[in-house]
Amino acid sequence: MDVPGQPILDIRAVSKRFGGVEALKGVSLQLHPGDVVALAGDNGAGKSTLTKIISGVYPADGGEIRLDGKPVHFATPEAARRAGIETIYQDLALADNLSIGANIFLGREPMRRVLGVLPVLDRKAMAAAAKETMARLDFHVDRLQAPVGRFSGGQRQAVAIGRAIYWNARVILMDEPTAALGVPEQRKVLALIRGLKKEGRGVIFISHNLQDIFAVSDRIVVLRRGSLAGERRTRDTSHDEVVKLMIGG
Amino acid sequence: MSGHTPVQVLTPQTSGRSPSRWLASIAGMRAWLFLLLLLAVFESWARISYGASFVLSAHNAQSIAVFAVAPLLLALGETFVIIAGGIDLSVGFIMGLSAVVAAQGANLAASVVPEFPAMLAGIAAGLLVSLVPGLVNGALISRLKVPPFIGTLGMYGVARGAAFLLAAGTTVPVANGWFAALGNARVAGFPVVVVIAAVFVLLMHYMLSQTRFGQHTYAVGASEQAALRAGIGVGRHTRRLYLLSALCAGLGGVLYTARFTAGAAQAGEPLLLDSIAAVVIGGASLFGGSGTIFGTVAGSLVIAVIQYGLVFIDVEPFWQFVAVGVVIIISVLVDQTQRRLGGDG
Repeated sequence: MDVPGQPILDIRAVSKRFGGVEALKGVSLQLHPGDVVALAGDNGAGKSTLTKIISGVYPADGGEIRLDGKPVHFATPEAARRAGIETIYQDLALADNLSIGANIFLGREPMRRVLGVLPVLDRKAMAAAAKETMARLDFHVDRLQAPVGRFSGGQRQAVAIGRAIYWNARVILMDEPTAALGVPEQRKVLALIRGLKKEGRGVIFISHNLQDIFAVSDRIVVLRRGSLAGERRTRDTSHDEVVKLMIGG
Repeated sequence: MSGHTPVQVLTPQTSGRSPSRWLASIAGMRAWLFLLLLLAVFESWARISYGASFVLSAHNAQSIAVFAVAPLLLALGETFVIIAGGIDLSVGFIMGLSAVVAAQGANLAASVVPEFPAMLAGIAAGLLVSLVPGLVNGALISRLKVPPFIGTLGMYGVARGAAFLLAAGTTVPVANGWFAALGNARVAGFPVVVVIAAVFVLLMHYMLSQTRFGQHTYAVGASEQAALRAGIGVGRHTRRLYLLSALCAGLGGVLYTARFTAGAAQAGEPLLLDSIAAVVIGGASLFGGSGTIFGTVAGSLVIAVIQYGLVFIDVEPFWQFVAVGVVIIISVLVDQTQRRLGGDG
């Protein structure tokens, strides 16, 4: 799949307008395998609009999105997900009363046959896949049948990401993944993002937290009033510069 | 870039010897524990007052089982609906409607065919008619977004009126030996209705715990968003749930007609609350997301034992209502306490 040097996701001069408001004025962004890109910007800068266009929630008015070099148009979030672009929203969309495995397989449960006739849910296969998938993210699960509602916020984030990678999501969009979490939990989520990088997935995450942005991203893309205010390699920039790009001046 | 990733261990937060875990682990069992307690109370009472056993009397055991069948059948369908976060208030009169139509269907068919196929026609008519309110409930709730409480309350009235209109305000007797046998005969010492209910319990348990349909029922009850996100057709699932609930009530109605050789519009009237109570006592949460079939079986038996047991020890029958009401309230309180402590078993 991955052609060397070719980005997984190539966003070219995408624009979007809501009535008279130009929410996005020709923004471009490239994402390679193993890239972690932080999307920064003030409120109303167009971060959410951009991620919603990528994940199929809104159609773009202008510009082009290429996935593996081929132009794509997602009519729905499901279409984007099928193509390998997964969005992890803050509410995580997990069924709290079901196990990790059941959540990973929700809607696509594996079945087995008892005595060759009676089809039943294959809980063993689900638990095994859950264990293996979470281990890939360096999370080791010791109670596979426990409902995910009993896990902490960061751990539940890991389950949502685990589900995405199990189904081969190659681009993972995360909206404020560390908001509403305590400090130890934030660290876990950052570790998760590093895990995704190690797996060769592309990650785009929206964050207001400069600490987090500098801790895990390779590149920082700053939007301001719908335009690209600047793109920097994280190791070559500073908090000050990013803040200046965000507020302008 | 950074190669170092700390190893994380995913451990449920409520582990160790916290009281919530202990509570959660008995959640599934609490209805059975309560049933044992009740049986112990009635047993001691029987020994002291009458010098006889309550539990070990075959007559008592059978009466309780037969007594529990109708509310249990309603409760089985209601279990699915409640786990999915809904409620079906129309089951009592769907049962009545189905009982009346089963009786009329069997009578009508008897004028052209022998008794056995006439009984089958009656059963088919009773089950088929129950699908109509089930379909309407599902469409109201999933397509028109009517809250389940209101939609099925409306259907409660419609089914009630339809049943009484069809029965012309009276009961509809059935003169069919086969039908009477279905309701009153025994196989290997067990009443046929109890055997049918037992088979149905196993079927429902299989559906809830071992199939995608059951799994999706839990998911819808926990979070509709999560279910939608997973590609589950929540609307279609909801329509199936209310259809299933109505069908269970229909079977209850058919068995009522068999047992009493007459269909009555008010057959299920007192059973609606008993069936919802059985589900709640059995450990399901009215907030959706949890519950089991065997919990509901235990809940139904608790109610049947209270009702039969109070008659057995000669308490005025009106106390039954008080006792069942108190048990419902206690069950809901236990459920809430469990939720507050974080173990949503």
